[in-house]
Amino acid sequence: MNLKISALDYVQEVQNGNISAEDFIASTLERIRSVDEKLHAFLNVNEDALNQAREIDKKIKSGQKVGACFGMPISIKDNMCIKNSKTTCASKMLENFVAPYDATVISKLKAKDAIFIGKVNMDEFAMGLTTEFSAYGPSKNPWNLDYTPGGSSGGSAVSVSAFECVASLGSDTGGSVRNPASFCSVVGLKPTYGLISRFGLISYANSIEQIGPVTRTVKDNAFLLNMIAGLDSNDNTTVDNKNEDYLSGIDSGIEGKKIGIIKEMIADGTDPAVLSATKEAISKLENLGATCEEVSLDMVKYSVAAYYTITATEAGSNLARYDNLRYGYDFSLEGYEFNSYIQKARKNFGPEVTRRMIIGGFVPSAGHAGKYFLKALKVKNKLTKEINEAFKKYDLLLSPTVPVLPFKLGEKIDDPVALFLVDINTVTANLTGKPAISVPFAISNGLPIGIQFLADSMNENMLLQAAYALEKTVKLPEVPI
Amino acid sequence: MTKIGLEIHCQLTNLESKLFCSCKANYRQFDINENICPVCMGLPGSLPRLNQDAVKKATMIAMALNCSTPEKIAFFRKNYFYPDLPKNFQITQLNIYGDTSVGGSGSIMVGDKKIRITRIQLEEDPGRLIYEGNSSKNQITLVDYNRAGTPLVEIVTEPDFENPKQVREFLNILSDLLENLGVSDPSLEGAMRADANVSIEGGKKVEIKNIGSFHDLEKAVHFEITRQESLHSREIEISQETRHWDDKRKITISSRSKEEALDYRYFLEGDIPWVTINPEILQKLKLEMPESISSKKERYVSKYKIPNQVADVLSSDKFYSDLFEDSHTEANAKEIANIITTDLMGLVDTREKREASKITPKHLGDLADAIQNGKISRNSAKNALHEIVKTGKELSQIITDLDLGNVSDESELLVIIKDVISEEPQAVEQAKSNPQTINYLVGKVMQKTKGKADPKLTLDVLKKQIEQ
Repeated sequence: MNLKISALDYVQEVQNGNISAEDFIASTLERIRSVDEKLHAFLNVNEDALNQAREIDKKIKSGQKVGACFGMPISIKDNMCIKNSKTTCASKMLENFVAPYDATVISKLKAKDAIFIGKVNMDEFAMGLTTEFSAYGPSKNPWNLDYTPGGSSGGSAVSVSAFECVASLGSDTGGSVRNPASFCSVVGLKPTYGLISRFGLISYANSIEQIGPVTRTVKDNAFLLNMIAGLDSNDNTTVDNKNEDYLSGIDSGIEGKKIGIIKEMIADGTDPAVLSATKEAISKLENLGATCEEVSLDMVKYSVAAYYTITATEAGSNLARYDNLRYGYDFSLEGYEFNSYIQKARKNFGPEVTRRMIIGGFVPSAGHAGKYFLKALKVKNKLTKEINEAFKKYDLLLSPTVPVLPFKLGEKIDDPVALFLVDINTVTANLTGKPAISVPFAISNGLPIGIQFLADSMNENMLLQAAYALEKTVKLPEVPI
Repeated sequence: MTKIGLEIHCQLTNLESKLFCSCKANYRQFDINENICPVCMGLPGSLPRLNQDAVKKATMIAMALNCSTPEKIAFFRKNYFYPDLPKNFQITQLNIYGDTSVGGSGSIMVGDKKIRITRIQLEEDPGRLIYEGNSSKNQITLVDYNRAGTPLVEIVTEPDFENPKQVREFLNILSDLLENLGVSDPSLEGAMRADANVSIEGGKKVEIKNIGSFHDLEKAVHFEITRQESLHSREIEISQETRHWDDKRKITISSRSKEEALDYRYFLEGDIPWVTINPEILQKLKLEMPESISSKKERYVSKYKIPNQVADVLSSDKFYSDLFEDSHTEANAKEIANIITTDLMGLVDTREKREASKITPKHLGDLADAIQNGKISRNSAKNALHEIVKTGKELSQIITDLDLGNVSDESELLVIIKDVISEEPQAVEQAKSNPQTINYLVGKVMQKTKGKADPKLTLDVLKKQIEQ
């Protein structure tokens, strides 16, 4: 069984009767069993997947209507709720939390007959960019097991990259889909804020985060987006995309498009290999008929500081509900009064979450908000104005997804500030609500490099068209696992 | 000078669902923790869905209290840990970054006194704590989340009250107004709660929390003024603090909790986009709003010539004014107003009695018509009303069943009148010289007919007989 086929090819093959969902799922489970001990992408695997696949095969055979996924195995980041299954956010705090409902993306994919092959690893509550902050241990980069796969949706990127599933859903608060996509050489999309319902996504920084598909090809990404995007009455922040089809015009090319190269995102500190890959990408895009020139977004300098201030503030509030009173882990209430109990219960948060909780308690507090939180909001507003100005002039903006190459596990975990700076190219899309995508572009010394495009709000179509055009210009080696 | 300000919390009890989910706003009908869902329990991944109806109703309250209404409103998070708060933050509104709550400054007249409203905000009610165990050592706190997420409107006044009486008058006017708007039923337990702040000349502001009812609010304010005055007279400094109302002992107690020191870290609730309430929407809401109490009163007086005091009572109570509105014609309006204010109010003076009452607008119309047509005396009408409230039977049925109909058959009446004349020769003589005293004879006829004689007919026949 060839597990390396794309999502669209999978659909084709099943429809043509060349493969069955059951065989594909069986092989996928076998693959997970053989490689995941090394990779640790999965936190748990769906034991019922084979039965579900059989059901779908039955439907196909009996000529019933079958959803567009035809039993395709999809992995889900463990911060999205699937009814009656554990959703831990890779935290000890939610060790025993079984979601009583489906996230909107889950019910949409269920209706399309997707099979959720398992829940995948992440940094605890999506705070981090290496998966090293997972309470259940880090995932490994399939390109080199000594390296981090990126994060926080590391499990999503690893599982897709190492053929443990066909596609995955991650979430992106400051680059958490794009960063691991870049590090693992897969495609990762952070859509316009509000394009995909967040209902059932466990909030970290709710005003800027989005769910995003992680796939092996750009077309697959558009295919998945078609199924999960759009208005949801359970999420008041969703926007109506009028059932836009992101796949049909994907081959439109980028001739005549104007692309701005964000100066601040290829500044000092950018790895030379990343820089040269970016230049190569630019020349390839120019060959396809696009015009590229540098553009400055001054506020990018302050974006990471603003990002951490805003996310810590929102996280401090979003994670306050984890007092272990109504759900969580086993810890008796006996003998405690409220404050001492929750103080003790909340010690189950890991170090990075604790660090951000403390920052989140401080930066918006009375007497400090003006210096930190409110200032961060000003940066966010100014950056949004700047990028809106830029989109008057350019159709798309471009940068390397991450200014550095993947690094070794353990290399930066003790240096939070160094780690924070890895986010410099990705947080802008979140702070401004714009869509952005990371496309695999090069391999340098066996380590992947991704290129990031940004588009104006609700312009996913053009974003995916550009990503597809660039993808077609490269032939990358296969993942060595 | 004594200054009193109020913070009133009013549940929008008449709404169908909670503020951010589809659980019932009327949580009182449920067993413990039965009116809950992932959203109002703040389960991981759940998101608030703003109840647009709640925004409408809260905006109506703002308009009724003459408050400014911002074109865009926003929601904020108030962050603090408490067991009755499932998310450990409350979604509320805030005006410190500009007016973004449903209502800005406004005012309302209480007699001749103008009470200024500082702001009106829409927020979620927390759950309910139930304490069990007697000593503090083995006390258990139980939480019922049925109430969590119920739509609550907070009305904050300026410290414009000078005494507890004004406070009471204001609260009466306010609860009548809220009931008339159809947004809330103030008689439901816990539907209206209030905090007060009290300061006397030369003293600091003291806040009183935990006052369970409007009735206790007046008491609490009264107690607090007395307490502060006695401190002041003994030259003891009145410190700025928060005190709790002790419901059992009816006193205020200094709270040990450092509530004042809490930092709520307010910030915008990103899960709820800004809501636009533009002039067109306001105009539409205005049309949907029920007629105000003062306008009703004015109409009752000018159109139906109902006396001022009667109109006042009738218009301010929604239960009675609704009955009036649905029953009256131009001809019987005054009569109906009379029946309601003199008789009905005494019969259904509690919430329970009102709910049990079987009276309909048709009953009232029939009854007033019967009185005006002389079919039934006022006296018998009172008995009929009693029966209507109890059984809900048709008036005609009741008249037959209880034999309440007027004796309006002249020949029947004549027999009785002749009896009276022969029994009361002295009074008859008196009536001849002084027509005023004929009423005594009318009374005697009434006595014999148990009040059922048609009074007009009785008088006419009596006069004729005496003159003969």
